[in-house]
Amino acid sequence: MTPMSLDAMAASVPDGALIAMPPDNSLPSVALAKALIRRGVRGLRLLGVPVGGFAADILIGAGCVVEVETSAVSLGEAGFAPRFSAAIRAGSIVMRDCTCPAVHTMLQAAEKGVPFMPLRGLIGSDILAHRPDWKVVPNPYGEPGDDIVLLPAISPDVAAFHAVMADEAGNVWVGRRRECATLAHASKRALVTVERVVPGNFLEDENLASGAISATYIEAVAIATRGARPAALLDEYGFDAAYVAEYARMARSEAGFQEWVAREVFSQAVAA
Amino acid sequence: MSFVLEELLAVTIARLIRDPAAPPARHIAVGAASPIPAAACWLVAKQGAPVRLSLLHKRSGNPFTEGTRELFDLTGQGRIDLFFLGGGEIDGAANLNLIGTGEWPGTGVRFPGSFGSAFMYMMTNRTILFREEHSPRVLVDRVAHISAPGVSAPGVFRRGHAQALVTGRCVFRFHPERARFSLESLHPGESVDAIRAATGFDFDAADDVPQTTAPTDAELALLRGVVCDEMRETYPEFCARVFNRKSAA
Repeated sequence: MTPMSLDAMAASVPDGALIAMPPDNSLPSVALAKALIRRGVRGLRLLGVPVGGFAADILIGAGCVVEVETSAVSLGEAGFAPRFSAAIRAGSIVMRDCTCPAVHTMLQAAEKGVPFMPLRGLIGSDILAHRPDWKVVPNPYGEPGDDIVLLPAISPDVAAFHAVMADEAGNVWVGRRRECATLAHASKRALVTVERVVPGNFLEDENLASGAISATYIEAVAIATRGARPAALLDEYGFDAAYVAEYARMARSEAGFQEWVAREVFSQAVAA
Repeated sequence: MSFVLEELLAVTIARLIRDPAAPPARHIAVGAASPIPAAACWLVAKQGAPVRLSLLHKRSGNPFTEGTRELFDLTGQGRIDLFFLGGGEIDGAANLNLIGTGEWPGTGVRFPGSFGSAFMYMMTNRTILFREEHSPRVLVDRVAHISAPGVSAPGVFRRGHAQALVTGRCVFRFHPERARFSLESLHPGESVDAIRAATGFDFDAADDVPQTTAPTDAELALLRGVVCDEMRETYPEFCARVFNRKSAA
């Protein structure tokens, strides 16, 4: 397995792709999000698995996104996601509201190769009322009147996340963050940034195998040191609350966001 | 011993968790950015109750090894007894709005989004609603949009409802059979009239509404000691501000 450059990875994401990403507590590739902004990608449809965080907000702010499907976009302790909120107010993105287990269920359906999966709950929520693609049917195994919601399988064009490491065989290691495995299994292409590439094969090591995602599912790996930052990466490094708080302050205005992007995205074109 | 509002709220929620009239709380899950509910759960555990706590955002030793879907899978099976929810708007029928105000999808003020509420509220055995801000903009007559419904039509599969709504000013008990709140207790300095003025929905109130019971010295000692120890990794700022305990360097 030969890693590709971060910029080449960003260049391989076509305009208009359905790209799925985890939020700040779950191994986002902020490095790839910044590289996508530098490449000037347009028309992305973003799936937040199951919510969106910092990376989602900067992509929306940079005008890369036309549609968001997720259960929330938030900066956590730093508050509302400012560019997401502004885009909703301006009507400049299409928002398809979900609830967290619905996102997981749609991906699990794709993982299994079945056209839909049922999910309890949801009945009586306006989320369901605004999702004509979600269907309510009688539970074929239940009592009369027991309705249940069917959710379509969703197979993202691209899954993007940040793993701790890759091995020589192209397997990647995410520890207990198995939602990244479901995401990779369900997606047409998984693009993974890593802190480092190590010798050997995780699948040969019983202790590492359960936290690994097989190279079967991984299209490409790029090295991006501290690539989740400001998000935390397992026990490797912590959440950079000051960085996100400063972003939240600056991105309250469009001008402040542009200043932030110029400084933190464009002037930091990492040699990858 | 004197106490701050956050300590009163944590102790009040802990008493609701232990309420013998409510379904047992053997396994409690706590979501992101919820230091006061987390403190309440740790207090119950440190008081010796046999309770399993699953804190979603615990970085080291996170309870879920099958990814973030595991919480929802557990809840789908009925294995989460108690969860906490809030809302940008909460109405008198305990409907929650985490979408926003104005036209769908929140063209007035957009809230972050519904997270797992549309599922968790219906599939958990009971829910404690918590929102510190008690104002007519939060506690409304009718929510602009329903992320998660307070009650469901007959026949709809649902395991539980809101047990109570705890705010920075009072405790409301929820009655799913009539889809209404009643005023359970008033925090120090509050009156029924003041609560009516600050609440956008109508609610029931007895002639004599008691005060919310103050924390005991033993409860405060646990909160400021062993509960704070457990919380400092996830909520360093909260622990520094409320318990006056700075993080270790």
